[in-house]
Amino acid sequence: MTVGQGDALEGFIDALLDDNAGQLYERAPCGYLSTTPDGTIIKANETFFTLTGYRREDLVGRVRFADLLSPGGQIYHETHYAPLLRMHGTAREIALDVVRGDGQRLPVLVNSVLERDEQGHAIVIRTAVFDATQRREYERELLRAKQRAEESEANASRLARTLQQTLIPPTPPAIPHLDVAARYRPAGDGSVVGGDFFDVFQVATAEWVVVIGDVCGKGVDAAVVTALARYTLRAAAMQQSSPAAALVTLNDVLLASETERFCTVAFVRLRRGGDGWHATVALGGHPRPVHVDDAGATLVGTPGSLLGVLPDVELSDLEIPLEPGESLLLYTDGVPEARDGGSFYGIDRVLHLVAGTGSKADQMAGAVLDDVLAFQHGVARDDIAVVAIRVPADD
Amino acid sequence: MVFAHGFGCDQNMWRYVAPRFEADHRVVLFDHVGAGRSDLSAYDRRRYSTLQGYADDVLEICVALDLHDVVFVGHSVSAMIGVLAAAGEPERFASLVLVGPSPRYINDDGYVGGFEAADIDDLLQSLESNYLGWSAAMAPIIMGRPDQPELGQELTESFCRTDPDVASHFARVTFLSDNRADLRRVDIPTLILQCSDDVIAPVSVGEFVRDQMPRATMVQLEATGHCPNLSAPDETAAAIEAFLHRVPAQL
Repeated sequence: MTVGQGDALEGFIDALLDDNAGQLYERAPCGYLSTTPDGTIIKANETFFTLTGYRREDLVGRVRFADLLSPGGQIYHETHYAPLLRMHGTAREIALDVVRGDGQRLPVLVNSVLERDEQGHAIVIRTAVFDATQRREYERELLRAKQRAEESEANASRLARTLQQTLIPPTPPAIPHLDVAARYRPAGDGSVVGGDFFDVFQVATAEWVVVIGDVCGKGVDAAVVTALARYTLRAAAMQQSSPAAALVTLNDVLLASETERFCTVAFVRLRRGGDGWHATVALGGHPRPVHVDDAGATLVGTPGSLLGVLPDVELSDLEIPLEPGESLLLYTDGVPEARDGGSFYGIDRVLHLVAGTGSKADQMAGAVLDDVLAFQHGVARDDIAVVAIRVPADD
Repeated sequence: MVFAHGFGCDQNMWRYVAPRFEADHRVVLFDHVGAGRSDLSAYDRRRYSTLQGYADDVLEICVALDLHDVVFVGHSVSAMIGVLAAAGEPERFASLVLVGPSPRYINDDGYVGGFEAADIDDLLQSLESNYLGWSAAMAPIIMGRPDQPELGQELTESFCRTDPDVASHFARVTFLSDNRADLRRVDIPTLILQCSDDVIAPVSVGEFVRDQMPRATMVQLEATGHCPNLSAPDETAAAIEAFLHRVPAQL
């Protein structure tokens, strides 16, 4: 920089002369103190005494810097600050509370350096002390905000789990002469409500409905649509004996609602007949169920239209007799579309797997979920729902 | 010899003392789970909700390394961790060295530990204020990789830095613990190294430990503060050496 003529130059020289080493030290814009390596104060500047409200004779040669700290600060000093200083020679931006002469607490930020002689022996610690009252208040607000955010997050995931539990019946009801088992695994850590659902309910004497579905998306919005789909299907199933007709009703309801979410559903109506059951299956854009009998496992049904997208849907009912020993496996796309790197789990693995599972619906549903999870190394990337329906052979 | 660090920092607390014993002893250093470069994924709040969890770790280390006739040197809270470990499996331990021990930090019905319960909240706040910048800046460095043990900058940066939740939990467990009744359970030669002017473990507390432990002796160090292993390594090491010299005579 350059300094001009006259008054400006005079002012510059005055300031320079006035700002001697003594002033630089005593009136520095921070408290400045020197201590022995064990912390005993040997020197401090005026700013330090002004900040802390002590007199020079109270402190110098009498107390250690740590003695001026709050009890918690003293522990922090002994367990963190002093070791850091010994080990690194410096400690920076340490937040402490100094207890002032009048008993008030003064939040400070502290920087220290430890000076050593040529042999490496510690000689003196120099410490700069900055008033951090406002900064600390601001930090406390930040901390409170962070704690509130964490609480909200915990509440949200708790809500998500609770919501999920109301949408998924934990175990399907016991149905005479029919063995039904289900598995459900939300994607990831399970903290976000998924869109997969299933439902098993009675519509008449010896007549039951099993539904599995997948609402696109996740979270609370998807959960609302899931609930809507489930209760619409329950109501429609009481009024319409055709599964396809029930799905048409759901399609109309979804289109009339404000949601833009669509869903896929597999709807199975089961009627007891003879030794076995008679299943009527309609699929609304849903992956085809697997029918298992002595001859092996095959996919059944035609996928049909997605629900909640277009007013005109193509849906049909397929009649499947279920004889003793035969099973029907329903699942969501989290099963065939499970991925390991670039490769998909695929439906062929499902067909292969269920053809060889034991004689219980529970074993079948469990084997499918376990295998799909193992394929993804235990981490589900999408929700997985599986419902196995089996007519007991020895009934 | 197994050296255990206390609350706050990590095994580097022993770097001026432990090497002096390498000639005559097998020296084992470790970081408590949650501290230093330990594997944070091993941190289990339930296991470490009491000092016993840490003591069990010490015993596991002894088993894993097949250690016998162990001289356990514990600083600060690790003194009590050593007491619990030795009470659990006395046959493994030859002697204990307790540096700045305190079985109870909080004053209690005639017992003077040095702190009030409210002071511990104050400490937790202190920890919190000093961890504001932790997660973003420090996490990648510290949570680091136990598989890459190279020293240097990375290590020194992590010294005294711990995950805030772990630090706060460890602080609670440490400063709210009460192991006074456990002192009598240890019947092996024990050395107490007592600093002058230690706010965390005052002389009266060191004397209490000495009087409660059947075979304890106390050496009063000239060193001040709570970390003679850093501030007075010569004096600390000499006191331990003298004790180890005496111990065979006592056995």
